[in-house]
Amino acid sequence: MRRKPRDADYYRQQLLQGDRVALARAISAIENERADTRAVYQAIAGHANRAHVIGVTGAPGSGKSSLVNALIQEFRARGQKLGVVAVDPSSPFSGGAILGDRIRMSDHGADPGVFIRSLAARGHLGGLSRATARVVDVMDAAGMDIIIVETVGTGQSEVEVMEIAQSVVVVCAPGLGDEIQAVKAGILEIADILVVNKADLPDAERTARQLRDAAGLASSRDDKVPIVKTTAISSEGVAELMQYLDDRFAGFDEARRSDAALERMRKIVTGAASHRLSEWLQRLDTDEFDTICNSVLRGELDIDDAAIASARLALTIESEKD
Amino acid sequence: MSTETPGASTDAPIRVLLAKPTHDCHDRGVRLVARRFRDAGFEVIFTNFLLTEEIVNTAIEEDVDVIGVSVSAGGHMPIFEDLLSGLHSNGLDDVMILGGGVIPHDDERTLKAMGVAAIFGPGTSAEDARNLIVQKFGGTVEA
Repeated sequence: MRRKPRDADYYRQQLLQGDRVALARAISAIENERADTRAVYQAIAGHANRAHVIGVTGAPGSGKSSLVNALIQEFRARGQKLGVVAVDPSSPFSGGAILGDRIRMSDHGADPGVFIRSLAARGHLGGLSRATARVVDVMDAAGMDIIIVETVGTGQSEVEVMEIAQSVVVVCAPGLGDEIQAVKAGILEIADILVVNKADLPDAERTARQLRDAAGLASSRDDKVPIVKTTAISSEGVAELMQYLDDRFAGFDEARRSDAALERMRKIVTGAASHRLSEWLQRLDTDEFDTICNSVLRGELDIDDAAIASARLALTIESEKD
Repeated sequence: MSTETPGASTDAPIRVLLAKPTHDCHDRGVRLVARRFRDAGFEVIFTNFLLTEEIVNTAIEEDVDVIGVSVSAGGHMPIFEDLLSGLHSNGLDDVMILGGGVIPHDDERTLKAMGVAAIFGPGTSAEDARNLIVQKFGGTVEA
C-alpha cells in the first residue's frame, strides 16, 4: 500500500508554490520512477536553473554534515531558503540504508526555510544517487535559493558531484593522509574551494600547507583554488567560505556557465571512462588474464606491459559482449 | 556513470523514520532496530533526539512510510498525541506509527485507540516490527 500518484496540475499548484509535502512527494516520485514521475518533470519544466547549487564532498568523517549545518545557519541568517540533499550509501547486501546525515543538521529540524532530504545511493557509484541531479532541479523549482548536495563519504574517484554543482567544496581534515594522498588526481581536482575542517586540531596548518602545494600540482585549471580553514562546530571560518561561494555565484553569467559546462563534461566523460575501464578490469577472470599474470610472476613480462595487455583484453571482452 | 552494484533494489524501498524525544537518552534499542531494518532492505532515516514538531517536519521532508518513536523516559502520551495531530494537520494520516521503549500496558491500549499501529516494548523483537511493516507495505522478508 503506497501513496497514490498525483498529476502535473497538483505539482504545478503545490510544488511550484513551495509546498513541503508536495516537494517531498515529487522527490519520491523521481527517486522511484513512479507513475507520476513524468507529471513532476512537466510541472518543473522551465522553473529550474535559478539556485546556487553547492556540492560538499570529502572523506568519511571529514565533517561534511557539520559544515553543511554551519552553512545552513549562515544562509538562513540572510533569509535565504535552502534545500539540502544528503546522500548516504546503501547496503550492498540488503539494499537497505541507514541515513544519518540529519543528525549533524538538527539545528534546523523545524525551520520551514530549510528542506533536508536524505537519499540512499541505491547501488549507484560516484558519490551520489542516480536521481540526485533531478532532485536538485525539483528543489530549485520549489523556490530554494541555495541547494547543498552532500555526497557520500568519498574516496578518490567519486567526482560526480561536479556535474550538478556550480561550486564544489572539497572538505579535508587533518590526519587523514599525507601529501601523496593530496597530489593524487580525482577528488581534489574537482574542488572549486578546498576546506580544511577541524581547524582547531593541531595539524590543521600543516594539512592546509600540503593542500596548497598539492592543489598547485594537481589542478588542471588555471585559476587558483582557495583554501579555507574552518571549524564547523563553532562556525569558525564559515563566513570566509561564504564569501568565496558568493563570489563564485556572482561570476556566473551565461557564457561562463556554458564554458564551464564543456570543461566539466570533459572531466565527466574521462572520469566515467576510467571508472568503466577499472570496473571491466576488476571482473577480468579469463585464462588469458591468468596467463598474463603468470608471465609477470615468472619475470617474462613487466607490470606496465601486463597492465596494457590486461586493459586491451578487458576492452576486447567487453566490446564482444555488445 | 550509471553503474549499479548487485543488491540494488528496483522496487522502492520502504522508508522508516526512527526517532527519540529530546528528553530521552536511551538510544541503544533504537540503534539496534535501525540496523535490523537496514538489513531488511528498508531505508532508515536515523535521527537523534527530536522535539515532536521536528519529528513531524522530518517525516514530511523524508516522505516516510513509517515512523518509529522510542520513549524510555516517560512522557509518551503527550508526545504521541502531538505527533498524531501534527501529522494529521499536514495530511499525513497514512503514515504508520510504531511505538517502542517503556510504555505501560494501559497506555498502550489508549495509544492504539488513538491510531498508533503497535507498541514494541521490552521482550519484543525487531523482527516483529519488521514483519508488521512488510505486511503493510509489501516486499519480501528474508530470514
